[in-house]
Order: sequence, then C-alpha cells, then structure tokens
Amino acid sequence: MKKISMLSRWGLGALGALAMAPAHAEWTLNMGRGVTDLTDDVFGLHMLIFWICVVIGIGVFGAMLYSVIMHRKARGFEAAHFHESTVVEIAWTVVPFIILIAVAIPAAGTLLQIEDSSDPDMTIRVTGYQWLWEYDYVDEDVSFFSRIDRESDRARQLGSGIDPASVEHYLRNVDNPMVVPVDTRVRLLLTSGDVIHSWWVPELGGKKDAIPGYINDMWFKANETGTYRGQCAELCGRGHAFMPIVVKVVSQSEYDDWVAEQGGDAESEGELATGQPSSGEVSADEATSSEESPTAGNATEGRTEDGREDQPEEAEESIVGSGEEDEGSEPATGDEPSSEDTGSGDGSSGASGGGSSEVSEDELMSEGETVYANLCAACHQPDGSGMPSAGFPALKDGAITTGPVEAHVAQVLNGKGAMPPYRGSLSDREIAAVVTYERNSFGNSTGDVIQPSQVAEQR
Amino acid sequence: MATETSEHHKYYVPEPSPWPFMLTVSLFFMLGSGAFWLNGSTTVAPYFAALGLAMTLVMVFIWFRDVVNENLGGVYGHQEDMTYRWAMGWFIFSEVMFFGAFFGALFYTRMIALPWLNGEGEKFFTNLYLWPEFEGAWPSNGPGNVGGDFETVNAWHLPLLNTVLLLTSSVTVTWAHWGLKEDSRWKLCTGLAATVLLGAVFLYYQGLEYVEAYQHLGLTLGSGIYGSTFFLLTGFHGMHVTLGTLMLFIILLRCLKGHFSSHDHFGFEAVAWYWHFVDVVWLGLFIFVYIL
Amino acid sequence: MSTVNPTDTHHHDDHHHGPVTLADGVWPWMKRWIGTTNHKDLGTLYLIFSFTMLFIGGLMSLVIRAELFAPGIQFVDPAFYNEMITLHALVMIFGGVMPAFVGLANWMVPMMIGCSDLALPRVNNWGFWILPFAFTMLLGTLFLSGGGPASGWTMYPPLVMQTGNALPLMVFALHLAGISSITGAINIVVTILNMRAPDMPLLKMPLFVWTWLITAYLLIAVMPVLAGAVTMILTDHFFGTTFFDAAGGGDPVLFQHIFWFFGHPEVYIMILPAFGIVSTIIPAFARKPLFGHDSMVYAVASIAFLSFIVWAHHMFTVGMPVSAELFFMFATMLIAVPTGVKVFNWVATMWRGSMTFETPMLFALGFVVLFTIGGFSGLMLALTPVDFQYHDSYFVVAHFHYVLVPGAIFSIIAAIYYWIPKWTGVMYNEKLGQFHFWWSAVWINVLFFPQHFLGLAGMPRRIPDYAVQFTDFNMVSSVGAFMFFIGQFVFIYNMIMCMRGSGTKATGRVWEGARGLEWTVASPAPYHTFETPPKIDPREMA
Repeated sequence: MKKISMLSRWGLGALGALAMAPAHAEWTLNMGRGVTDLTDDVFGLHMLIFWICVVIGIGVFGAMLYSVIMHRKARGFEAAHFHESTVVEIAWTVVPFIILIAVAIPAAGTLLQIEDSSDPDMTIRVTGYQWLWEYDYVDEDVSFFSRIDRESDRARQLGSGIDPASVEHYLRNVDNPMVVPVDTRVRLLLTSGDVIHSWWVPELGGKKDAIPGYINDMWFKANETGTYRGQCAELCGRGHAFMPIVVKVVSQSEYDDWVAEQGGDAESEGELATGQPSSGEVSADEATSSEESPTAGNATEGRTEDGREDQPEEAEESIVGSGEEDEGSEPATGDEPSSEDTGSGDGSSGASGGGSSEVSEDELMSEGETVYANLCAACHQPDGSGMPSAGFPALKDGAITTGPVEAHVAQVLNGKGAMPPYRGSLSDREIAAVVTYERNSFGNSTGDVIQPSQVAEQR
Repeated sequence: MATETSEHHKYYVPEPSPWPFMLTVSLFFMLGSGAFWLNGSTTVAPYFAALGLAMTLVMVFIWFRDVVNENLGGVYGHQEDMTYRWAMGWFIFSEVMFFGAFFGALFYTRMIALPWLNGEGEKFFTNLYLWPEFEGAWPSNGPGNVGGDFETVNAWHLPLLNTVLLLTSSVTVTWAHWGLKEDSRWKLCTGLAATVLLGAVFLYYQGLEYVEAYQHLGLTLGSGIYGSTFFLLTGFHGMHVTLGTLMLFIILLRCLKGHFSSHDHFGFEAVAWYWHFVDVVWLGLFIFVYIL
Repeated sequence: MSTVNPTDTHHHDDHHHGPVTLADGVWPWMKRWIGTTNHKDLGTLYLIFSFTMLFIGGLMSLVIRAELFAPGIQFVDPAFYNEMITLHALVMIFGGVMPAFVGLANWMVPMMIGCSDLALPRVNNWGFWILPFAFTMLLGTLFLSGGGPASGWTMYPPLVMQTGNALPLMVFALHLAGISSITGAINIVVTILNMRAPDMPLLKMPLFVWTWLITAYLLIAVMPVLAGAVTMILTDHFFGTTFFDAAGGGDPVLFQHIFWFFGHPEVYIMILPAFGIVSTIIPAFARKPLFGHDSMVYAVASIAFLSFIVWAHHMFTVGMPVSAELFFMFATMLIAVPTGVKVFNWVATMWRGSMTFETPMLFALGFVVLFTIGGFSGLMLALTPVDFQYHDSYFVVAHFHYVLVPGAIFSIIAAIYYWIPKWTGVMYNEKLGQFHFWWSAVWINVLFFPQHFLGLAGMPRRIPDYAVQFTDFNMVSSVGAFMFFIGQFVFIYNMIMCMRGSGTKATGRVWEGARGLEWTVASPAPYHTFETPPKIDPREMA
C-alpha cells in the first residue's frame, strides 16, 4: 500500500506542478450565478443537487473506505455471511425516492417559470446561420447580423501565428452585439436558416436550440447592465466554435439611443462582410432606409416570405444527392416575388447598392476581397487553393469559378454540401462583389463583372 | 431427428463454416458498391452492387442448405428446435421495432409536427413568422408543398382488396399448417401454393397502386412527409412480403420434396410466423396509413 | 446423439485434437479463425477487435486533446476535428465497448450456465465477422474526398445532410453493425433462455448472465430503431423524402426523438454488463456472497424498463412542451433509485467481507467510485432547468466519460484481469496490474474531472478551439489524456504475455473466493466445455 500512496502522491504532484505553470490562470470551478432571477434559481438548484450528491457520496464512499480499510483479509478479518435484508433494501429504495421528490418539486417550479415566455416587453427574432447570428428587433425595425470579430477570426486560422491570448475576448467577441435594456423581459424567437444551432449566454439563462423551419422561444430579464458572452452550443459544422454571442445589457435610455442610432437603418447588414463601417456607406444607407421606414411594418412579413421561399430550396438541396450539379439552374427559375420581398426585408443594403446604377469593378473587387476573407477563405483558403483533401475545392481554375456566371451565383446563393447558402446572410451587392472577386483573382481571369442586379434576378 | 431428449444428448455445435464469412464479404461488397452508386458513380458500381446482392443470396442459400441437411441428417433434438423457435421469435420482435421507428415517425409528424407548423400550442410563432397562411391538414406535404399537389390512394379500393388478400393468405397458411399436422400432403401443398399465390397477387396490386400513385395521383416518394411515410412504410412492408413470399415458395418446394413431418416442421412454422407478422403490420398500415 | 450425418465426420476430431494452431500452417490457421464456430475463439476475436478499435478511437481522442491543449488552431482543420469527434464516438461505442462486452459474453455465458456453446454458433461467427467489415467501411470514409462523417455520432439532421461521400457508407456501416449487434443479442438471449444446465433456474444465474440477458433484450429492441433512423437520413438525402425537413412537413427534431429512443437504452447496453461484471468480482474478493442478488436483478430490470421512457432528456433544449419536459425529468430522476440500490448493494457486499485487492478488485472498486461520480453528475443533468445550463457543455462530456471510461471500460479491464487466467491458464503479472490500475485511476481523473469545471464555466462541447479563460483546465485534461493512453500499453503487454503462456500457471479455481461454474473446469478452459450439462454444486450458484 505504500507503493500505492507514493504513486498517487506522484500523480497529485504532477497535477500541482501543472497548476503552477500557466500564469494567466483562471480556475473557475463552479457555475456562475448569472444576472437574472431565474439563473439565480437555477444556480440554487444546481447547488442543492450538488450538495445532496456530496452528502450521499460521503456516506457511500465513507462506508466503502471504512470497509476497505477494516474488513481486509490482510488484517485477518473473517468474512460474514449475510447476503440479504429486505428491510435494508426497502430503506435504501424509499429514502432516495423521498430525496428525489424533495428536489423535483422546486425543479419543476423553476422549469415552469423558465418555459413561460408570455407577456414580454420586447421580442427579438434570432436566426442562426452557418456561422453567424441575425437579430431582428420585431418592434424596432432594427435588424442586423452578428458574427465573430475580425481579430479573433484572423487569430483562429490554422497556423495564424497570432497568440489567442493577445486577442481581447478571443472567440467571444462579435462585430455587432445584441443590445437590450436592463430590467426588461426580453423574449427571443429562435430559428435557423440552415442547420440546428443553439443560443447560449450562460449569464442570461440556459440554452435553446434554433431549429430550421420551427421557432422556439425563450426569455430573460437581466437585472444588471453589462456585456455577456456566450456562443453556439450545438454542433453546426466546421465553424461551430466560431459563432459567438455577445449581449450588451444597457440602461433603458442608452438602449433608446442605440435604437435611434440604428434608426431602422439596418445598415449593419452591409457590415457583415465589409467589416468596419465606412461613414460614407452608412449615410447612403440611412437615406435609403428612411425611405423604407414607412414599410417597416411589413419588414417581418417580407422576411417571412423569404423564409418560406428558402425552405423548399433547402429541401431540394438536401435531397437531390447525385443530381446536385443541376441545382444551379433550378433556383434561377425561382420566384420573382421573393426578390422584391428580400429588398424590403433584409436586403436593404443590397437595394441601396444595387439600384439602377452600376457598381464599378474596383469597388466590387475590393468589397469582394473583404467578403471573401471573412466568409470564404476559411475553407477555400486565402489564395483560392482550397483543401481538396477535406472536400473544399480550389477556386483557382475551378469549374464553378471559371464556368458560367449563373451557376457561380447560384452556388453562393444556395450553397452545396458543406457550403452554406448565403442567400439569407449576404446582400445582392455582396454576392456580386464576392463572385466578381473570385472570378478575377487567384489567377482566374474571366474578366466578368457581376452587378447586384444580376444577383437579384437570380434570387 | 432425435425424438426424445435423452440425458446424453449433446447440443449440436456445427463444425467451422466459411459461409457466414462469405456472406459478410458479399454484404460488404453489395453495400460498399451501393454507397458509391448513391454517390453518383454509375459506371461499374451498379453492377458490382447487383453482383453483391446475387452473392448474398447465394451465400444465404448455401448456409440454409447446410442447416436443412443437418436437420435431415437428424442431428437436431428438442433443444436445437427450441433454439430456432426462440431465435425466430426474437428476430420478429426486432422487425417489429424496425417498423416501430417508421410508425413513430408517422405519428410524430402527424400528431405533433403538423399542428406545430399550423401554429398550435407553444409553436405559435412558427406559423406566424415562418409559414404564414399554412393551414396543413393530413395528408400533408408540408408548408413548402413539397412535391406538388397530390391525392391519396383510396383506402377502399386496392388497399381493401389487398387487406382481404393478405388476411385470406394468413388463413390459407394456417390451413396448410393443419394439413401438415394431419399429414395431409394435399392440404399442405394446396394451402401453401394458395398462400404464395395470394402473396404474389398482393405484390402485383401493390405495384399497381404505386404506378397509379406516381402517374395519376401525383403521390411520390418526394411528396413531403405524407409521401415519405407512405412509401417507406408500405415499401418496407412490400419488401417483407416479397421476402415472405419467396420463403413460402421455398417451403413449398421443400414440402413437395417431403422435408417436413407432422411433428418436425419448424422451418414451415417460422415462415408462417413471419407471414402472420407481415399480415399484422399490414393491418397497422391499412388503418393508420390508408384509412385514417 | 445417436446418428452422425455425413457432413459431421470431422466433428469429433476437433474435440480430441483441439483447435488448429499456427504451427499447422498459415492457411489452416486462417481457416480456423474465419470459420470458427467456437464461442471461445469468437470471444477472443471479439476482444482483439474491440481493443484494436479502442486503440484507434484512443488515437483519435489524442488528436482531439492535442488540438485542445491550447487555444487557437494548432494541428488540424476544424472540419477534420469534427470528423475526429464523430468517429471517436462511433468507433468507441460500436467498435470498442459493445464488442468487448459481446466478447466477454461469448467467453463466459456458456461457461457460467453450463452449456457447450452459444445456441447459434454459425450466427455467432457471422455477427463477429461483420464488424471488421463495417468498421473498414466507416473508417475508410476518412480517405474519400470530402472526408469522413463530421456531424457528431448523433448525426443530427440537417447537419448530417452536409456530409459528403461518407454519408451512405456511414449509414451502411451502421446497418452492418446493427445486424451484428442484433444477431449477437438474439444468440445470447436464446443461449440463456434455452441452454442453461438443468440445475440452474433463472434466478440462480450469475449476475453477469442476468445483466447480459437484459442487455441483449435492449439491443434487440433498439438497434432496429437506429437502423430505421439512419435509413430515413439516407432517403432524405438521396430519395427526396422529407422526414427531417419542415418544408415538407417533417421535423429535424423527429430524428432526435428516434435516435435517442435508441440512444438511451444504448447507454445502458454499455453499462449493464459492467454492473454484472462488478457484481461478480466484488463478492469474489470480499469472500462473501453478493448482497441482495435478487434485488440486483430487479434493479437492472427496472433500469432497463426506465431506459425506454427517458430518451428526451438528451434533448431538453429542443423546445418540447413543458409537460413533456416535466415527464422526462421525473422519469430520469427515477433511474437514480435502482442505480443507487446497486451501488448500496455493492458496498454492503464489501461490508464485513474479508477483502483482498488484486487487480480485478482494484478496477472493480475504481468502477464503483468513479461510476458513482458519473452517476451523480447524471442526476444533476436530470434536472431540466439546470440541464439548460449543462446541456451540450463539457459538463456533459465529463459525465458520460465518467460512466463510460472508468465505468464501462474499467469493468472490461477488470473482467479481463479476472478471467484471463481461466482463458490462458496463466496468471498475469500482478505487479504490472497494480501499476496499471493506479496509473489509470490517477490519470483518468486528471483527464476528465477538470472537464466538469470547463462545462460549468461555459465551454460548449465539440469545439476545436476555445476562449482563453478555458485554457488551464484544458491543458490539465490533455496531459491526463496522453498519460492515461500511455499507461494502457502496460496492460496490453501484460495480456500478450498471458496469451503467450508465460507466467505462473493458474489453478482451476484461480481466485480463492471465486464462485461459479467457470471455476470448476481446468485452466485454461478446455476448447469445449460442458458438452453435457454439469451437475451443479449449490455453492457455485448465486
């Protein structure tokens, strides 16, 4: 037994040594209390069941340890011969049962509160995409995409050479955080545009899945202002680790200011891919959106329409299988009304950029480069060489990128296989830009310049 | 065939056999090629898959031939007989669970998912935001009207006829069983032949129904959830009827060769059990897929 | 048997000369293993296959832990990482743990109930040989363009629809593995029900046999359901059905319901035989009969029953009606009762025994402690409101690895240490065994315990990269993983030495306190045991 204790001591020693090693140690052991009443209740339940387990554990392991030490043959202990006792069996069936009932009652109470999302003060529609979130403030005509910040995104690339520790809030930061007022009952309506995601900010409560074609609801009421961070919690493909969620809980007046700033402009969509907003663009968008604001009431409806159109397309995509190649032509015949609806819904930036005026090739190329770096380079590589072994084809001299323009646009709109559809998350202008960029970079020189209007036609 | 279980009866442990391994190789060949076929390589994969299927059938045939020969050689006693009975029973139980998965999908989509898409219960917003104007009622191909408009098969035409056919076939197979127990070869063989015939006619009508569905009703495998559940449930049932008919046919041949006696005919009974199972599944289908 | 049929002429030769060895030539030797109908041969094959798979799955886990050692992406592309987590789980569950238990059942069930072989020896052969082919198919997908399946072993649609060429191969591999499991399970059920020595009534069966009877029942009930679920994925992907697509009236969550209707009993399929093993080993080394044998049987049966009505606790966050969430929460909590009974019974068995601590006992005790810790976290996870926080976090990863590695796998290791003297006739090296236990017990906790903290702090599972505040515990965990893995070579070495016959000769009884029919035959056990049913000394029975 001496040997044993030496061994375990050695193991503990190694553990201890390891504990010393990292300087930026953050040894959080327990769940946080969160900032809502319900997370506090949940924390209480968590601690209750934890301590019950600890007490039972001490009892069971204590008895076991005592037995292991005292009732060993090496001490000459003779084995007893009892091997059943109905009384004891009944006791240790009934007692745990009673303990469980004692836990189940408060747990059920908390559960009922969590699931009661009625009477919200405000409602936000949250849509997950591969791999970003869209927030749509139902009553405010504010809608934007929220994706991982550029710095984290650069640092997270394989062999980026950037130390994640040097990036502030590495993988837990976004370009456009969700903003909500404090002490307000916020209801989230969750859905997804592609695969199942799960929205989770631990401080604001548990998670809820975003399921394509269905809407789940959850709610929270934050008691404290602050910035709360979380991320997608359901495996959603290659970028699953890289779709953070940031919620800024602010005072009501700050919130009102923020809404005014957004002004129903929805320009943030444009920033999804272009990254840092340039002041010129913003003002242009504001002009457009102020025109559109009268139709704000229809915005949700428009989106709805769009969502509805999306689904059959997806169905096709998931089922066509070997016929997937033909896909390009099908959506091209797609319904005209949807492009209109998209215009009023989430495509306002597309509308702003994609009016009757042509966009210059230089503009498209530079915007396309940004979109590419943000969304495409992760799989297709910055130099367009792809990762054929992992199934991500090269865009350099690619069949799609040098083939017919329509098929190329269709592929970006509708996705294929592991490639997500971008019809929901990119505007016409962005798609035009990235397609133009892909067709004239990495050594591709088709000379094609795709205008947003062409994309709009194909939607 | 040892009639009594003497104290000294040794349970028959067959000598090493290459057939299980070869059957595995055949299955591997069939499914592997099938996978490549599905992935779109159509040059050789379909032929390899067909070859694999043929090999599989041959291996099953050879394996069963060994079993039949052993039985005829008299190495099986009461305990071996019980083994086959238990095994067949549990196998049918596993088949029940397989169908259970598809019936479960039917009940779930019909009773739970469809009301949700209609905005009932806590999924109110699903309908409001994602599928406005959708008021689905069973039969449904979903809010996307996937596969286009369709009509359902009228339960009181071909399906009713098929129900009668299958129920009758269960009677004829039992009648044949009585014949076997009474050592009445005539009754046995006609009963079995009638059963095989009824099975084949059933399959013919089922095929006719499918043609009808595809050509005139617009009902296809791709007709949303109705088409999915309809064709997978009836399709897997049809596959089981095909297999059952084939097995009954082989049993008929074995009867003609005089393989069975009034007290030793589990091969017959196993297939009869299977046939009754297929029959019961059909009743479930008739009620839950066709009528309701 | 009065007559011998013509195809049976070599039958008796086998009995007298024993099995063919490599010395008889390579081809005859291969023919023996390919065609064998002997439960001991097939048990050996199952175990060798299982350990090969545990090794491959272990290597995959090392890829995972290496990538997670530090934040940032250092070694593998996230897509490949997803393939690793998917295949790690599939390989460990369907290739490692399940075949290991089937292998143990192959070896031990006939010897424990006093019959000559499994009821359907050729089917047994088939069930085994399917596995290498199924896993060749599954692992082969790694070499296809598009890579292996990357949607997690749970294969949730719509994500699984994005799988490339691997999809049909994965589905077919699971079909094959399902055939293997179902045939194996039918074989074991029939053997237990039909082949017991006349002196052995059902309730006198050893607990390992009992747990396997119930496990086999679960397998037959749920493997076809998995087959149905993956078939729907296949038809959704290739043939235009819309089971899991809302546009067509389906529901992605439908898959999760069907999958977990299989998946939860599957969890017990991987732990009930472990209960049986531990219930066999503890009495042997406590030199005292198992406390509450019958209540153990009832507890296992209740766990098996409950396993069918708790599946949705794996999917509390999908947005079920609150009534369903309440039902599944209560039902899940109920499982703690029979599971608790089992743990209490084990402790009561040790109580006032006369214990010694050979390697099998050490692993069994390690099982009781660490499995119970996994059980505690399971109880915590059962509470729906709290599960909303735990769900899909590393807390869950810690939980199921506690019940599967120091749970199921420790029990498999314990069983091998316990029975390998009977199989090979040679004692393993006790010193190495003790070392193996302490090494494993320490590092397994270094590996998995910090993952509780990570989950509680908010780290989701199935991510190749994480926020920097999770760095430290991940580093600890990765170190634990590598150290644990290295230690297993000691075990492999020890076992190979036994198989080569080098070591002290084992007696027939092997362990002083061991009871059961398997200890009444010589060590190594003859190639054919109990060709005629033995007369059973009541002391050998439970």
